[in-house]
Amino acid sequence: MKEALVEKYFRAGHLPHLWCPGCGNGTVLGAIVTAIDNRGIDKNDVAFISGIGCSSRSSGYVDFNTANTVHGRALPIATGLKMANPKLNVIVASGDGDCSAIGGNHLIHAARRNVDLTLIVFNNSIYGMTGGQYSPLTPVGSRATTAPYLTIEPAFDILDLARAAGATFTARATSYHVPLLTSVIEKGIAHKGFSVIEAVTACPTNFGRQNKIAAPALMMAWQRDHAVMKAKWDTMTDAEREGKFPVGVLSERNDVKEYTEAYDEIIRRAQGVSA
Amino acid sequence: MADTKVMLMQGNTAVVEGAIAAGVRFYGGYPITPSTEIAEGMAKRLPMVGGKFMQTEDEIAGLGTVIGASLGGLKAMTATSGPGFSLKQEMIGLACNAEVPCVIVDVQRVGPSTGQPTSPSQGDVMQTKWGTHGDHWVIVVSPSSVPECFTLTQRAVALAETYRVPVIMLMDEIVGHMRERIEIPVSYDDVPQVNRARPTCPPEEYLAYRAGESGVPEMADFGSGYRWHVSGLVHDDTGFPKSSGKATMEAENRLRGKIMNHRDEIIQVERHMLDDAEFAIIAFGGAARTAYDAVEMARARGLKVGLLRPITIWPFATHEVRELARSVKGILVHELNCGQYVISVKAAVGGACPVDLYAKYDNESATPEEMLAEIEKAMKGDGLI
Ligand SMILES: Cc1ncc(C[n+]2csc(CCOP(=O)(O)OP(=O)(O)O)c2C)c(N)n1
Ligand code: SF4
Repeated sequence: MKEALVEKYFRAGHLPHLWCPGCGNGTVLGAIVTAIDNRGIDKNDVAFISGIGCSSRSSGYVDFNTANTVHGRALPIATGLKMANPKLNVIVASGDGDCSAIGGNHLIHAARRNVDLTLIVFNNSIYGMTGGQYSPLTPVGSRATTAPYLTIEPAFDILDLARAAGATFTARATSYHVPLLTSVIEKGIAHKGFSVIEAVTACPTNFGRQNKIAAPALMMAWQRDHAVMKAKWDTMTDAEREGKFPVGVLSERNDVKEYTEAYDEIIRRAQGVSA
Repeated sequence: MADTKVMLMQGNTAVVEGAIAAGVRFYGGYPITPSTEIAEGMAKRLPMVGGKFMQTEDEIAGLGTVIGASLGGLKAMTATSGPGFSLKQEMIGLACNAEVPCVIVDVQRVGPSTGQPTSPSQGDVMQTKWGTHGDHWVIVVSPSSVPECFTLTQRAVALAETYRVPVIMLMDEIVGHMRERIEIPVSYDDVPQVNRARPTCPPEEYLAYRAGESGVPEMADFGSGYRWHVSGLVHDDTGFPKSSGKATMEAENRLRGKIMNHRDEIIQVERHMLDDAEFAIIAFGGAARTAYDAVEMARARGLKVGLLRPITIWPFATHEVRELARSVKGILVHELNCGQYVISVKAAVGGACPVDLYAKYDNESATPEEMLAEIEKAMKGDGLI
């Protein structure tokens, strides 16, 4: 990330951040800020709302209208804010546990409504902040402090879930594929509707160590070796896809009305003004 | 005076009209008896005035959207009943700590759990005070009539805006579902609006939680050019987390001070026939309605009985109750629960006069006759008759 962008978007006096060495959160946050800069959006017109978790700490570092709220429930707060001021570009940062466990219900309903929010899921496959418990996105067979005999619960594919619930833009990238990550976030922000971007990232401290890939470099290599560009993914057989995941823009549709715009229609109806 | 119209209106509807008149322009909530008419009314009325209503996926999201809308600069509120009020507690804590103005109406039902959805109760008195975790200070008000639902909702909004605090409007099924005559303005255009103080300094000088004399910081709307940070973590006047013990104490002291230093402006009680009273009833909300009739019946029998009706439930009307205890020879607290508010009454009275409890928790409000019998029993016990 360019020095100038740090200067422009990161709050003076709040760095260095609290994240562990090798943590992918800083990379993901850098990609978000770069995407915002590339879109040329004024800082005053960006709201950055997060839940609770290591990844959600990100809201404190960036110089926008920011809120570090409660665990799992940044989306309703972001929705209310967007309703109050539809001109704001509202970015939501959420951990895998934050958005798929305690916040799962809010996720599917934000998707169903198609509110124009950009949700970035920092997926490190674990509860980082509380010290390594498994999340609904932890791959089955992983070790966690609450799964000393390995997890037996199948993981969600968070993007399949969001898409099935109505999200009109879904994309995935990793903290290894930074230009791709930046570009899909940029597209997600540009998309009018509910966008979900899964940023596959590394928690060497609490996932890596328990699962014998503690070295950050190893975790990055894992991301490199398991991510497959969407175009190639589409040509692969099920056997070839085994253990891999697609990256890039996975879905986008523009045939569903955005929620705050749809609400304007309600106001017109209530006021007896025909559309 | 503005033109008015006289109507027969339900308490819950009067809350809706009070909210619209006060300038509430966002509502997020989930339906639940006996509060549902408020959601239905807001769904209909808000878009008529350019406001927005959302039926959220649950009560937690309801208050979440309210907090978000309030950060965006709108006056915002939600309404619920016991089970939903329980769900909202964590969000109430966030609104307390981050000082986000909002109004939460709790039309009580019998509890715990699903309890008796359509029966009157005042079992949430303590939950409104201590519901969310940690020390915190909220304002709770309770109306006794349909006209008061209209005026007190406006006051709840004004208090929330003035003190940047969640204000809970504690209602009961009696007041929520009752229909009464009410006179309201034909147009709300001239209703005075109380709005949160917004910063006027240049954005680079704005410290989001710096509070002047009032203890209440100025609040900038998200998107208005003042970029600030909201956090549920303990923070200093910059709004950013601070982990020292000193920071915690300073934060708590200010949150308490901004309410308690204004207790005289916040606390309202109604004093009914108390000037010459020897004996007083303390009752609020729907339970107080019986007390007016019981006082009249007692007076007809030559008993000098009066009523103190707290309109502000929390912070507790300590001075007012203490003063009352010095002027009467006995107090009877009447509430529709097993005895919650009485705990604070006893603490305030501190033995200055006997305090009895008329607790009623059989799904019904008391009749004036039942209440008169309780008054006479208590007065006999206190050696007053
Ligand atoms: C209601 C509630 N329950 C539990 C917690 C404790 N808690 C804080 S963060 C967290 C999980 C964090 O994991 P994740 O969302 O994946 O984010 P990460 O820390 O990995 O970025 C938990 C369980 C909390 N703060 N609030
Ligand atoms: S615990 Fe994991 S997610 Fe949290 S800061 Fe450390 S490496 Fe990052």
